[in-house]
Amino acid sequence: MRGEKPKLVSEDGVRHDGRRLDELRPTRMEVGILSNASGSAYVEFGKTRVIAAVYGPREPPQRYMVLPHRAVLRCRYHMAPFSTDERKNPAPSRREIEISKVIREALEPVVMSEAFPRTSIDIFIEVISADGGTRTAALNAASLALADAGIPMRDLVAAVAVGKVNGYLVLDIDQVEDNYSEADMPVAMAPSLNMVTLLQLNGVLTPRDFSQAMNLALKGINEIYKLQKETLRNKYLVRVE
Amino acid sequence: MSVTPTSPDSIIPRLKAETLSTLVRKGVRADGRSLEDFRELKIITNYLPKADGSALVRLGDTQVLAGVKLELGSPYPDTPEEGVLVVSAEFVPTASPAFEPGPPDENAIELARVIDRVLREYGVIDTSKLVVVSGKKVWVVWADIYVLDHGGNLVDASAIATLAALLTTKIPKHTITENESVLVDKSSYAGPLPVVKKAVTVTIGKLGDSLIVDPTLEEEKVMDVKLIVGVGEDGSIAGLQKSGDGYLTFQEVEKAIELALKKGSELLSKITGSLSQLEVTSSRSAGAAPIEGRGSESSGGNA
Repeated sequence: MRGEKPKLVSEDGVRHDGRRLDELRPTRMEVGILSNASGSAYVEFGKTRVIAAVYGPREPPQRYMVLPHRAVLRCRYHMAPFSTDERKNPAPSRREIEISKVIREALEPVVMSEAFPRTSIDIFIEVISADGGTRTAALNAASLALADAGIPMRDLVAAVAVGKVNGYLVLDIDQVEDNYSEADMPVAMAPSLNMVTLLQLNGVLTPRDFSQAMNLALKGINEIYKLQKETLRNKYLVRVE
Repeated sequence: MSVTPTSPDSIIPRLKAETLSTLVRKGVRADGRSLEDFRELKIITNYLPKADGSALVRLGDTQVLAGVKLELGSPYPDTPEEGVLVVSAEFVPTASPAFEPGPPDENAIELARVIDRVLREYGVIDTSKLVVVSGKKVWVVWADIYVLDHGGNLVDASAIATLAALLTTKIPKHTITENESVLVDKSSYAGPLPVVKKAVTVTIGKLGDSLIVDPTLEEEKVMDVKLIVGVGEDGSIAGLQKSGDGYLTFQEVEKAIELALKKGSELLSKITGSLSQLEVTSSRSAGAAPIEGRGSESSGGNA
């Protein structure tokens, strides 16, 4: 964004909301929050809140939409009209269409779709509150919902956005930071397999900045990955006893 | 909603797939290029008589037409002292058996949005120079990408075409009346569009363990994934987009970007070279009636 840039990071590296440069927002995760879905999850990063539901493997609504050797993945990222400052038109925007695509493509490498030929695995994501980093929160939720649905996966996918604000690289940028950022880079990985499954950059970075940003993202991703596993363990450990 | 591609056009015979990947593993391509070569590039600017700027790009078998139209419009409320850039793409059904008539699908939307981000974020156009009536009327730059023939690597061809079209865009003559209404005279021009920096994209494909530049359509069908890298003229990364169902390792990402930056600066100097050559020829042929005659061709050769 252009115009007057407010100072969002102080000299001693404290951000406008009191976070350090490499600190995530307060995070909450929960699985199994919906009764009808095969799997579901709720993920919160500060004021960003996202719900994901997984249906399937099931017969796809249209016959031509099947593949003989694997399941197809269907994914919709959608923002609720009340999730933003100005009401958001509920019709899918170009932005939402693109994000649905990159989220699906971020999950394709980990879902063992070859186990369910001729079926469809459907991932529905609703952003109920948007305060920056919604696509990464959505991906974290989708990954948890897939695991909650019992769909075999090679790994979980964990995601976070790194930004460049007032010349500083910051982890997990929020809306205010994004509005005045020089760069916004969402990254998703399957951490145990060293797979980068989503990578976007909106803005300009030097190659040196980029390397640092990737390492910062990796740090955040490892923290989120741990939280995701804890969340799943919390639900299923209780069940077993 | 985004769905795993199921079209039979995305299926390539297994034999062909094996041939292509075996070749790439040996460091060569089916068309004789090395892994890091672009195909032959041809740029024809001022291709269209009615557009304010246009370019036809041929990259191997791929053909992309970019047309720029300028219209007066309102600025965005949060940037009242800046003009507006809008990039859209159409994958017209002439281009491939896989393209259906209808509104742009997710691939066309992704392509347009990636190119839009690279041009916008790198500051290719100085939008502050597009204000006509302060805070009220600005030039809206409509850059429309028309994919005419799909021979692979649509993103890079489209980015080159868009940049070339913008570089040849002229702002129509206009006068502001007392009551702040603007009269536009499209028959003469006030000057060139303020393109102050150049950026392109370089798409790196991953085939097995190999990284390849400028994939053909056949290669794209067997590729696991691609990384689109925006490259600015000062060697910075002006945007990124991982696209496709596969993944890259942490190390592959760094390697791909390094390769893209190297190829991007080569590509940018090729474009600059071929467009400056052209200015001489295009001014000489200006005014010729047939479309082909108006265009001025230049070849970037193999990058």
